[in-house]
Amino acid sequence: MRYLPLTSEEKSAMLGAIGVAAVDDLFTAIPADIRFKGNWNLPAPMGEQPLLAHLKELARQNRPATSAPTFLGAGAYNHFIPSAVDQLISRSEFYTSYTPYQPEISQGTLQAIYEWQSYVCSLFNMEVANASMYDGASALAEAALMACRVTRKEEIVISNCVHPRWRQVARSYTENRGIGLQVSADHVAGRSEAASLEKLITAHTAAVVVQSPNFFGNVEDLKAIGELCRAKNVLFIVAVAEAASLGFLAPPGDFGADIVVGEGQSLGIPMSFGGPYVGMFATREKHMRQMPGRLCGRTVDKDGRPGFVLTLSAREQHIRREKATSNICSNQALCALTATIYLTLMGKQGFADTAKNCFYAAAELRRRMRPTHRHPFFNEILVELNQPAVEVNGRLAEQGIIGGYDVSRDYPDMKNKMLLAVTELTTKQDMDRLIEAGGA
Amino acid sequence: MAQQPGARGLVFNEPLIFEHGRKGRAGCDVPKSEFPEIDPATVAPPSMLRGPLEGLAEVSEPEAVRHFTRLSQWNYGVDSNFYPLGSCTMKYNPKVNEAAARMEGFAGLHPLQDASTTQGALRVMYDLEKMLCEVAGMDAASLQPAAGAQGEFAGLLLIRAYHKEKGNPRKKVIIPDSGHGTNPASAALCDYAAVTLPSGPDGLIDLALLEKEMDGDTAALMLTNPNTLGMFEKNIKKVCEIVHAKGGLVYGDGANLNAVMGKARFGDMGIDVCHMNLHKTFSTPHGGGGPGSGPVLAKKILEPYLPAPRVTLRDGVYGLDFNRPKSIGALNAFWGNFGVYLRAYAYVLTMGGSGLKEASETAVLNANYILAKLRGAYHVPYEGTCMHECVLSDKFQQEHHVSTLDIAKGLIDRGFHPPTIYFPLIVKGAMMIEPTETESMETMDTFIAAMKEIADVAKTDPESLAAAPVTAKVKRLDETQAARQPDLRYRR
Repeated sequence: MRYLPLTSEEKSAMLGAIGVAAVDDLFTAIPADIRFKGNWNLPAPMGEQPLLAHLKELARQNRPATSAPTFLGAGAYNHFIPSAVDQLISRSEFYTSYTPYQPEISQGTLQAIYEWQSYVCSLFNMEVANASMYDGASALAEAALMACRVTRKEEIVISNCVHPRWRQVARSYTENRGIGLQVSADHVAGRSEAASLEKLITAHTAAVVVQSPNFFGNVEDLKAIGELCRAKNVLFIVAVAEAASLGFLAPPGDFGADIVVGEGQSLGIPMSFGGPYVGMFATREKHMRQMPGRLCGRTVDKDGRPGFVLTLSAREQHIRREKATSNICSNQALCALTATIYLTLMGKQGFADTAKNCFYAAAELRRRMRPTHRHPFFNEILVELNQPAVEVNGRLAEQGIIGGYDVSRDYPDMKNKMLLAVTELTTKQDMDRLIEAGGA
Repeated sequence: MAQQPGARGLVFNEPLIFEHGRKGRAGCDVPKSEFPEIDPATVAPPSMLRGPLEGLAEVSEPEAVRHFTRLSQWNYGVDSNFYPLGSCTMKYNPKVNEAAARMEGFAGLHPLQDASTTQGALRVMYDLEKMLCEVAGMDAASLQPAAGAQGEFAGLLLIRAYHKEKGNPRKKVIIPDSGHGTNPASAALCDYAAVTLPSGPDGLIDLALLEKEMDGDTAALMLTNPNTLGMFEKNIKKVCEIVHAKGGLVYGDGANLNAVMGKARFGDMGIDVCHMNLHKTFSTPHGGGGPGSGPVLAKKILEPYLPAPRVTLRDGVYGLDFNRPKSIGALNAFWGNFGVYLRAYAYVLTMGGSGLKEASETAVLNANYILAKLRGAYHVPYEGTCMHECVLSDKFQQEHHVSTLDIAKGLIDRGFHPPTIYFPLIVKGAMMIEPTETESMETMDTFIAAMKEIADVAKTDPESLAAAPVTAKVKRLDETQAARQPDLRYRR
């Protein structure tokens, strides 16, 4: 077995050093009645060559969105990834290292986390960001829990224009803690109205949650909702499911957001059937000690040279145990590194220009289709069809086109509509084919 | 004695990326759009639009590449040398796994594509679930949890849903004092009080104490087996009986699964639900802190509550079933860390059943070899053989005012990643050494020699250990300053 170096002579010598006759003697602590003696229903070992052939065959049974005209978004987006990104994250000093518990030999990971935290703060216009969460959805759930800790209240008002699955995750995290989610009904209007959110706010409300651009691709009026939150003295949580929008839209921090979370998949991370992605999490300095997750800080070593360490860990599970701000331990560090490299390569101009190209494609799509709503947008548009989305998608699939998301799956009263996403990779030809083959 | 692996090498000073570059430089060439470049102000008021993007770098591609390459050189990985970080199972990360995860047929899949276009990916998930169930002796699995802690959370949610359906979710979860910090934190997240169970003098669960603590308010006992002292809970069947007798369930933390594959299975021990860490036992890389993957596996009684969607196979066609009325719901935006599943799938196929068993046997052999060789030089708090990791302490070295931290830093200078230190909490000055099965005897011998040499130096020149490390990029860092004056982001 090529991963196992010991020869049988070495094993014998080691057993001798231990003072036992056989490897099985090291397992005597396992009582006989639970010793596994059965026949394992697992395959026989496979060499690298047949394994690769098998994996290629399985891969061939998939039709990846990256090799077809695609209009699927709804929380995962097909953006361009510069070649240097994968080359750099393949440096095995990065990917074969553990959490940087020994800072002297983990400065690479730590400095990269510090750069990531800085980038997240800049993109969101927030004061402090953590080292990452599992994904945008779990980041939102943790934001809800944090808001309740900060305010000592137990209700969250959330717009139903927030990604349906993100709301489900928030529910999984909050419901056993006695935290109520009050969900608005703004989907028909396509945008969270301050008035409808206001109706749900009570004396127990910890925070109001909106997503922008929201699930339907519409940009929320963060100014009005932020003002509502301040007037009602509740925290303002903003979720960003499409990180590329941060190159085009004003950051949530501009509107007084107290906690901002996001999904960073668009920042150089392959769609990879849903993961691994990276959750972005940022807040105000005054709430720093209530944050979940790891934080990296800059300090100096014994000789006064700059260096980085994990810090403020008194919030975390390995110190505080049941009183920790979260149970998170492993996060998505390598994905945060991926996004850091991506943002570095794209740079100030490239990131903004890419976002603009997404917007131009969306504007053209909107011009050529029948948009349901008339709100400001970025790269996703809900459009009207003459028949159910599932039928249109079937027709598109026959032409090798991956259509949009059928929102009636989550909003049963939204029939004959489709959520279409475009990116800088969408071509004019893709769009022509969509409109021609969709016939809607 | 073999030459120690640590040597001096040229590394580069490298400022923050924000201190690089020139205005107008870029690391990408963004093509001009094919579409009309309409003025954003025609669709949104200026207050909604982004001004200049402050805080992003302006560097060329070669500068960016050199920056991150230099950072990587300041890191220590499994590919660098021995990484005996206890409880973390830092085994070799096979390269074919990386190739698998990068195949466009997988990496290019959008999670919401129609199942007819993702049959290969769904099959990987379906088969991996089945294989993991076989390893653990469990009936059903969900791969969805993104890491071990989320797996614990999921497992406890299953337990809560089960009790709730019986009419009473119950109030507390019993956790041995040797457990990982994530255990009580996960219990709290499910609104359970975490009750700490002190270990017996032999380092195992004290049956009498458990019997006393276990009552009708207890939802579950959460344990790690082998435990974090590297010892197998030999009374596990009795432990499970005590819990089950009062209507409670038993949760198995799979952090130490690498000790027992093919030797004992959670299901056969009486454990009702467990998680596994694909980034430990199943060779997927830890990535400097993640992504991991923490599948949750359960007995039949808990299957209805597993996270949605479930992967299904009907008439030869794979699908995702969202219609799970009793499910605890969703834990992730999509179906979890699929890229990690691919790596674990490739690993299980490579090893096969016989290889996984050999991996556990070898991991245990290696840990015992290190324990046998270091006994005498270091204090062994719990005698006897160990499983896949051994726990030592700094008791002897403390006589010379040398601590576990000093020993750890001394190892760095000698070219080794230190073991896990100061954990488990019940051993003062603990060093938890987990060699894994992928290390050669020569490597372990050089590590043993370095540990012995450090034990000698502790007597003759303790100051040198207090000053360690001196060969790393930086010396010991001022953690107090980091916490007192938090500097968590770059400011111009």
